Amino acid sequence: MKWESVIGLETHVELSTRTKIFCGCSTEFGGEPNSRCCPVCTGQPGSLPFLNRTAVEYAALAGLALGCEIHPRSIMARKHYVYPDLPKAYQTSQFDKPLCTGGGVTLSNGRRINLTRIHIEEDAGKLVHTGSEVMIDYNRGGVPLIEIVTEPDFRSAGEAVEYMERLQTTLRAIGVSDCRMQEGSMRCDVNVSLRAPGDAALGVRSEVKNLNSFTSVAAAIEYEYGRQAELLEAGAPVVQDTRAYDADSGVTVSMRDKENADDYRYFPEPDIVPVELTRGDIDRLRGSLPELPESKLRRYTEALGVTEADARLLTKYRPVAEYFERVAESSGNARMAASFIVTQMFAHISTEAERETWSPRADAEALGELLGLAQSGKISHNIAKRVYAQMAESGGRAQDYLSAADMEGVGGEELGRLCRQAIEENPKPAADFLAGREKALQSLVGAVMRLTRGRADAKAAEAELRRILSDA
Amino acid sequence: MNLNGIRETSGALRSGKISCVELARAYLDAAERRNAELRAFVSLTEETALAQAAAADERLRGGGESSELLGVPFVLKDNISTAGLRTTCASRMLENYVPIYDAAVWELLRAEGAVLIGKGNMDEFAMGSTNETSYFGGARNPRDTSRVAGGSSGGVAAAVAAGLAVYGIGSDTGGSIRQPASFCGLVGLKPTYGAVSRRGLIAYASSLDQIGPITRSARDAAAVFDAICRRDGLDMTSRGREGVSGSLTGGVKGLRIGIAREFFENLPPDIDGAVKKAAGLFEDAGAELVEVSFPLLKYSLPAYYILACAEASSNLGRYDGLRYGYRTEEYSDLDEFIRRTRSEGFGAEVRRRILLGTYVLSAGYYDAYYNKAQKLRAAIKNEFAEIFTRCDCLLTPTVPVTALPSGGALSPVETYQTDICTVPVNIVGAPAVSAPCGFDTDGLPIGMQLIGDAFREDILLNAAFAFEEMTERKYLTDAALEVIA
Repeated sequence: MKWESVIGLETHVELSTRTKIFCGCSTEFGGEPNSRCCPVCTGQPGSLPFLNRTAVEYAALAGLALGCEIHPRSIMARKHYVYPDLPKAYQTSQFDKPLCTGGGVTLSNGRRINLTRIHIEEDAGKLVHTGSEVMIDYNRGGVPLIEIVTEPDFRSAGEAVEYMERLQTTLRAIGVSDCRMQEGSMRCDVNVSLRAPGDAALGVRSEVKNLNSFTSVAAAIEYEYGRQAELLEAGAPVVQDTRAYDADSGVTVSMRDKENADDYRYFPEPDIVPVELTRGDIDRLRGSLPELPESKLRRYTEALGVTEADARLLTKYRPVAEYFERVAESSGNARMAASFIVTQMFAHISTEAERETWSPRADAEALGELLGLAQSGKISHNIAKRVYAQMAESGGRAQDYLSAADMEGVGGEELGRLCRQAIEENPKPAADFLAGREKALQSLVGAVMRLTRGRADAKAAEAELRRILSDA
Repeated sequence: MNLNGIRETSGALRSGKISCVELARAYLDAAERRNAELRAFVSLTEETALAQAAAADERLRGGGESSELLGVPFVLKDNISTAGLRTTCASRMLENYVPIYDAAVWELLRAEGAVLIGKGNMDEFAMGSTNETSYFGGARNPRDTSRVAGGSSGGVAAAVAAGLAVYGIGSDTGGSIRQPASFCGLVGLKPTYGAVSRRGLIAYASSLDQIGPITRSARDAAAVFDAICRRDGLDMTSRGREGVSGSLTGGVKGLRIGIAREFFENLPPDIDGAVKKAAGLFEDAGAELVEVSFPLLKYSLPAYYILACAEASSNLGRYDGLRYGYRTEEYSDLDEFIRRTRSEGFGAEVRRRILLGTYVLSAGYYDAYYNKAQKLRAAIKNEFAEIFTRCDCLLTPTVPVTALPSGGALSPVETYQTDICTVPVNIVGAPAVSAPCGFDTDGLPIGMQLIGDAFREDILLNAAFAFEEMTERKYLTDAALEVIA
């Protein structure tokens, strides 16, 4: 029997405000342990929180970008649990009156993922294990977070990962978070349950906490699917529990079941007045949003004719999108610019960190001009690639690297002569082509390109070769 | 010479009859001498006092404008953070806790040149009405040392009443300034919620806690209040207000004083008589007595204890021994460490309130208790708002008893019941003053309570001041320190 998985996500995202949510300490990642904390973020007796207005605005921006309703009045609440990284024994969060409700994301397969809510809260400190001792570092304590909660609308791990990528792209684009999963500034809890296809009722779920990479999100969901399916098929009950995922073994392990779940004893935070945003504030924030990746994607594919695959990569990283738009503008051919950037440039940067901070050596306008020359047939694609390599190495403009011969290209009589030479020097592929092996023609094209040192246009060469061979 | 209040003390310092250092020395010596008997102070802050006094002498010599509080010795309740000076909340949990930052009120008073003599004894974490929950033993009443000074700011009241400090700063969550002021024959002001910053006040119940003065007169209360009622940009609930000293005219003509029958039910006759006699004197002076009704009074007490305990259970969760405070010796794992630390570090009353508070916030009980109490809070606020459309202030007894004998005369619930007149004020966030208005048959002070609408401390202190004038200050405690100049 095939089961349907029902998945909901709770994603925690650290907001990139300069200071913490309730005090003036720096939010910068790392630092000497306990060097970025104060009486407030270490919960010293008598200390009081002061809510960071920028954190509220960033959270509202996230809500606006994801289509949520922003509530003009929301309430902070205390969520109680005991753990050494939580110095007040409660996390200041939001409960029954969150900042944002509703909203959602439409996936590439057309399915809609609805958001339940987005609320503001503080991050906890971190336990550091040093040999036999456990130390506590409160530098991260009090960093502002938003928690983005979805309805149980996902049906596969792939959907969950696509959603996470989309959140990441969107939140980066609006500048409210760097969403670096490797630094923990974006992390995720997944709720998974299974049911027979067609069932309306939800099955018993397990919650896997604190997943810190897309791979882990997918693997944890897949693992849970297998584990729960096995139980169900054996007629055994799935126990509602909270689990941890171990990336090394790829296994989830139960931490506590429903009976031992925390009772958070939420109540309204008396030290913080209600969070208020006027209609004017909300309109101003909405007006300040940049073009969102989704609408950029539509513009690239629909108005600029870029392929969807290229457009997805380009819109994922803000600096890449900005670079692309400048190249597209000056080259006059967006589709070509997109394809060139994705294959010639983007393919060579592998790490996420590099992509996020992409700043290529080749000037965008100069590259656009170069691609414009190729587009209008003034130079061949091979020459364009060669010149680009030189620009990427040393900067400068296309003219600095183009000779008169490059600009002339190879055509007419000369091309015909060189094609005949290539056929004479390579009788085997020529014979193969004549015997019906279409692919053999490419090896002759390659020979022409070698003879012209790349100045010939490959398409023109192919057409000329075809003409000569079929005449023969 | 007899240096009674702030004005007299300040006058003596300015005229050069005595230096600030001499005065501080005299107060420290007296406090040292009498503290074993009274237990008014948890700590004496000699070094700080003498350094501040020397600086105050310097400022006086330099001339120029300065506050009336300059060089005047005072006592600060031991739940108000003083960097570098231990702040215990009279708990074993914080017996050796030394804060790393200053409370806002302490910053303000220090800037005025106030001289800190010591940290006042209190009920543990401000939970109690007799001072007897103090880990260090409760403060005794200087009027009769077989009786309690009251709570929770009892040490502050005892110090001021015994002439060991000119004035004191306490905190009031359900009556903790007004009740000991009443027991000790002093004036106690519980300001409007938000009038004084709570930053650095070690929280008991955050939505109810408020800092205020305990003094020997209404004028002194106004002077101290003026120094501390500043808006604090780091306390989101702080609003501050203008000073009130200028409002003390002594005139009550046309003042509408509400009398709500519910406050006078089941009162001992001497308390009932003293407060009603005070009402009569106000009327004689031109005030108008207005009969009002406060039917929700009887629900105030359960609502208060639910809300206060709920917030306390949350506020006190942080005391786990990991970062500061008491640490248990015996444990095998983290859970046991925290459990034992809390069981050993907190006294019985604190544990009782944490348990009650945890219970009322628990899943399944939240609606029956916490939510219902919140609804009552809103209803009580409405009733108060209605009352203040009909009068300018309410006159009630402060406590339905006078200073209780030491040694646990009442059960916990009976003790809670003595808070009946003071807790509604905290529930609605209103200001109230307790002022002495008579003596019972044992000669113990009786206090009357004046309750006002939000931010009307001016009306209350003026009425208390007028009463002092019309009764020739005969109910005020006059136990000031004799200083040989």
